[in-house]
Amino acid sequence: MSEFVTRRSVLAGAGAGAALTTLPISMVTLAFGGEREDFTFTYISDAHIQQIKGASFVRNWDQGLKRAVAEANLVKPESDFVIFGGDLAQLGKREELDHGAEMLSKLKGRLHAVMGEHDYYFDLGDYWSKLYGPHYYSFDHKGVHFIVLNSILTSEQWTFHRWPTAEQRMLEMAGLDNPNGSPFMVGDKQRKWLANDLAKVDKKTPLVVFSHSPLQKIYKGWNFWTDDAEEVQALLQPFDSVNVIYGHVHQIQYNQIGNISFNSVMATAWPWPYPQSYAQAESHLPVLTIPMNRADPFFERDATGWQLIDIGSGRVTARYQLWDNDQRTVAFDHKAGHPVDVAYQEPTRRRLPQTHY
Amino acid sequence: MLRATLLLALGLAALGATARADEFTKTDVERYQKEFEQVAAKGRELWTSGALGTNGVACAQCHPNAANTHPETYPKFQKQLGKVTQLFEMVNWCIRNPLQGANLAPDDPRMTALVSYITFERRGVKLAPGQH
Repeated sequence: MSEFVTRRSVLAGAGAGAALTTLPISMVTLAFGGEREDFTFTYISDAHIQQIKGASFVRNWDQGLKRAVAEANLVKPESDFVIFGGDLAQLGKREELDHGAEMLSKLKGRLHAVMGEHDYYFDLGDYWSKLYGPHYYSFDHKGVHFIVLNSILTSEQWTFHRWPTAEQRMLEMAGLDNPNGSPFMVGDKQRKWLANDLAKVDKKTPLVVFSHSPLQKIYKGWNFWTDDAEEVQALLQPFDSVNVIYGHVHQIQYNQIGNISFNSVMATAWPWPYPQSYAQAESHLPVLTIPMNRADPFFERDATGWQLIDIGSGRVTARYQLWDNDQRTVAFDHKAGHPVDVAYQEPTRRRLPQTHY
Repeated sequence: MLRATLLLALGLAALGATARADEFTKTDVERYQKEFEQVAAKGRELWTSGALGTNGVACAQCHPNAANTHPETYPKFQKQLGKVTQLFEMVNWCIRNPLQGANLAPDDPRMTALVSYITFERRGVKLAPGQH
């Protein structure tokens, strides 16, 4: 059983074996200061449901999503809604999307879905749309404006003219380190839509933007990257309080650029190395980010998980539910003006497994 | 063609013409390098193919560019195996578990290819045997 020193608590599944974590209370209350109505939503991402053939699917990835859904349903009080952060499927197949959607359908509460490249590049999001609606949209909740972007688009040439079949296009984009891939982007059309959408919103209204890829540039080789990130950021900067939450990277990252706070979320499927552990290329992990523990391959669910996101005073507190590891909380520190890990800021408090090489 | 050249070279050596045991030319070095690179490329192919196990999962799904495999730290103690372990044993662990496949022999050409690829992606990093 996991326990938090907050108004929320999660009952992990029986035998989950998660460690008890106590958070410094003062740091948590900081994130809840202010007058707005606080609320919580659930974030599950990167399930990568993978068909073997027929009705058989990769057990490991299935287990991750099932566990996240089961645990999210045990949250008391119930969170306001659920976000699925993209990459429900591994190869964009109808069977994979259906199998994943069936698991997600067990969730209590309204589900909003984000498009991932693994959902998109087989049929360009056609079947995904039948399940989850438009590729990008916005909604309002308790005084916060939420925006869902499809950030995994790429050039027309790559999408429409480079590959002989849809299957091959999907396979080429599915390989994270594949040099035949192409950088993600939000694109002109959607940025125009975003500008119009934002024109109707008061600058004091807190924004929360969901994208699959980071709306910042970390490492191009693995598409920890959005090519027009600066243009998107420029549209968001005029607002007092902007929070971007993204999946895709399968690891904890956080950053602050101007008014924009960035938080990544975990995958339920598998973890990824931090890009600096690839010795042959330069990468730019945000200096603010204190890495999560190195994954232990002997524990199947280590370094995967899901998260509860608290919105307090228009800012994000991400509570990472890390299976087979201690929970972590990354909260916006109003004094410092950026997200901080509530336990590991001091170099002396960091753990040996947080060193990646 | 390659084999014929090799036989010819061996034949000449047997005749004791001009070659000496410790002599090699620039052409030789280039060929040795190429031989390695071909095997490492085969390793990359296996790494990304999903053909090593039974469930279609590829090594590259968790280890893009073979990152986070730390070949420079092997042999090292793995507490879950309770002994000092070689890199190929960890490769086999992954083939058996996430890939739901069967062990490869340590000298299986596919294992040689995988280890060649893993090590190639880590070129330039200092050896650190035993480091956890």
